[in-house]
Amino acid sequence: MQDFVWLIPLLPLLSAIFLMVFSSKLPSTIVALFGTGSVGLSALLTCNLTWQFLQDPRLITVTLWTWIKVGELNANVGFHIDGLTIVMMMIITCVGFLIHLFSCEFMEDDTSYSRYFAYLNMFVSAMLVLVMSDNLLLLYLGWEGVGVCSYLLVGFWYQHSGNGHAARKAFIVTRIGDTAMMLGLLILFTELGTLDIQSIAASAQARWQTGDFMPTLACLLLLAGAAGKSAQFPLHTWLPDAMAGPTPVSALIHAATMVTAGVYLIARMHGLFTLSPQAMTVIAFIGVGTALMAAFSAAVQTDIKRILAYSTISQIGYMFLALGVGAWTAAVFHLMTHAFFKALLFLGSGAIIHCLHHEHDIFKMGGLWKRMPIAFVSFLIGSSALAALPFTSGFFSKDLILLSAYQLEEFGPLLWAGGLLGALVTALYSFRLVFVVFFGQIQTLPDKENGWRIGLPLSILCILSLVGGYFSLPLNNLFPMERDSHPDAWVEMVSIATPLLGVIVAYILFIRTPSRIPKSLISPQETKFSRILFSGWKLDEIYDRLFVSPYTRSTSVLSHEPVDKLYNAVVLINQKLNAWLSFSQSGRMRWYMVSIAIGFIVLLGIAITIPKGFSQW
Amino acid sequence: MQELAVPLNHVLFVSTLLFTIGMLGLMIRRNIIFILMSLEVMLNASALAFIAAGAHWGQADGQVIFLLILSIAAAEVAVGLGLVLQIQKRFKTLDMDDANRMRG
Repeated sequence: MQDFVWLIPLLPLLSAIFLMVFSSKLPSTIVALFGTGSVGLSALLTCNLTWQFLQDPRLITVTLWTWIKVGELNANVGFHIDGLTIVMMMIITCVGFLIHLFSCEFMEDDTSYSRYFAYLNMFVSAMLVLVMSDNLLLLYLGWEGVGVCSYLLVGFWYQHSGNGHAARKAFIVTRIGDTAMMLGLLILFTELGTLDIQSIAASAQARWQTGDFMPTLACLLLLAGAAGKSAQFPLHTWLPDAMAGPTPVSALIHAATMVTAGVYLIARMHGLFTLSPQAMTVIAFIGVGTALMAAFSAAVQTDIKRILAYSTISQIGYMFLALGVGAWTAAVFHLMTHAFFKALLFLGSGAIIHCLHHEHDIFKMGGLWKRMPIAFVSFLIGSSALAALPFTSGFFSKDLILLSAYQLEEFGPLLWAGGLLGALVTALYSFRLVFVVFFGQIQTLPDKENGWRIGLPLSILCILSLVGGYFSLPLNNLFPMERDSHPDAWVEMVSIATPLLGVIVAYILFIRTPSRIPKSLISPQETKFSRILFSGWKLDEIYDRLFVSPYTRSTSVLSHEPVDKLYNAVVLINQKLNAWLSFSQSGRMRWYMVSIAIGFIVLLGIAITIPKGFSQW
Repeated sequence: MQELAVPLNHVLFVSTLLFTIGMLGLMIRRNIIFILMSLEVMLNASALAFIAAGAHWGQADGQVIFLLILSIAAAEVAVGLGLVLQIQKRFKTLDMDDANRMRG
């Protein structure tokens, strides 16, 4: 079995190539069979691998061939599979399979059915390469691969120019992080002479002291890459716009897998990050700051997918908080539970959008709980897990994160309080979503029923979101010793009570007294503060002012080629002179004669008037 | 060395006068036949100056150059009359202002 791990990323890749080559000639059933089947087979292989790993937890390393060998650089195409990789592979292939299945029905009416599945398969393949790679260079290949697929899928409906703009924004903003990450890789290579992940951790600890400058610099550069991919402050602005893509894409790429690649990277490089407490503190504060910012923004959005997008940013913020406080297991745990419940929420919203003529505004929904019971149950369970209500999967992981944050010596209680406030707002906005969409007056009637290919993935994800908290991850001995997570009882009580409080507030606001809802929670243009929240803290506007408009202005200046003005002037002067001289060539002999005579007279005059001394000389 | 019957200055004055007349003819006349005649006048004016100067200083060079100018004039007239024929043939006129196709 271990010899066949390379099949896991290869199958979706082959299917992607097949679908691209024969794109327009295939009937949709064949496309769905290949697109979903290849990921399904990968999922089966991964389950088999996981089963063997749980029986006999040994490290699996497979080196296929040497990819690049230049001087000291020796990058293999090789896989390194430990507990963390197993967890990531399970999420990618299993959740990926469910989302592919959902897509079969969701995208059925689309004319570019096979193009869609080709991109989606390519994405799964690249993401698997990212998590399975044993060196940072191959990881970077997967990293860029998922970026390209994300770009292609956000701009999938390229007929609308807005979607193309969103795709370019996603690509360019993540590119900023990717460039920083590349610099980080170069620093690691020049300092340590290797890009192999395991040897980096070993030689970094041998070479550097804790708190040295070099590891901090490398960590911060890697962090910038992770922040770009995982939509963390200040590079998070692309994710809400990336909702322009099809909803299953948002579920797979922009919620469950790709955006957690940054979390995976930092968890994978934990050996390096532990050498730099400064970088860890930065990660923790970026995490908690992003979690709060995005949660407040989510509370005033009206587009169902934008609410979920901001909530994704916020939840990844929690994962970064966990990484920053050294709770590696908690971060990976939350990554997994988040993949379950956020994929569930996105697919649920996809099911609603599918049946409501692509309506995105939650205030034009309402009263749907009887009409769409499966979507209602999905949202109820998904939102409960998102809000971390007790005994859902999100509860276990978020509780673990908050308790680990509280126990950090330096900023612990501060980070904990920030996380707690975020949890309150999370509960508020997630149940605002449920109450507004499923209760109250019916605004829009659904025009079709969802089939089993939508129902089945939702049901499975519902179960996973409920019981996901009881999974024990095979992460033993992978991460350094973590703190014992049992602080005072009151801390735990507060952590449990806060989301409940948020739910109660949402209930009072949206069910009991719907007439007295604050205006800002319904139409965000109402007050100044909610306008700021609605626009994502005006960051888009600031970036536009700071970076985009100076750039476009300078390009518009340069498009008139100011440097060429100099050369054009030379040409112009020559043309003028030429016109002037060619005027003197009248073609009349008498004219030439006159000019000869005048010239002679002038020369004679000069000869006469020159002083005597000159002529003698 | 035998003195000249007329002073050198007078001869040079006549020569300059002839040259100027030829030059003015070149500038003013439009008929190519007259232009050629003006050229001949100018050539002979310079030849006269050479003869006078050669006689004044008792040198044979002046006469040598005169013979040279004479042969040049003959050659020039041969070419010039050829041109006249061609121009007459092509432009159906002898007016040089009409033959201005080489203007810039």
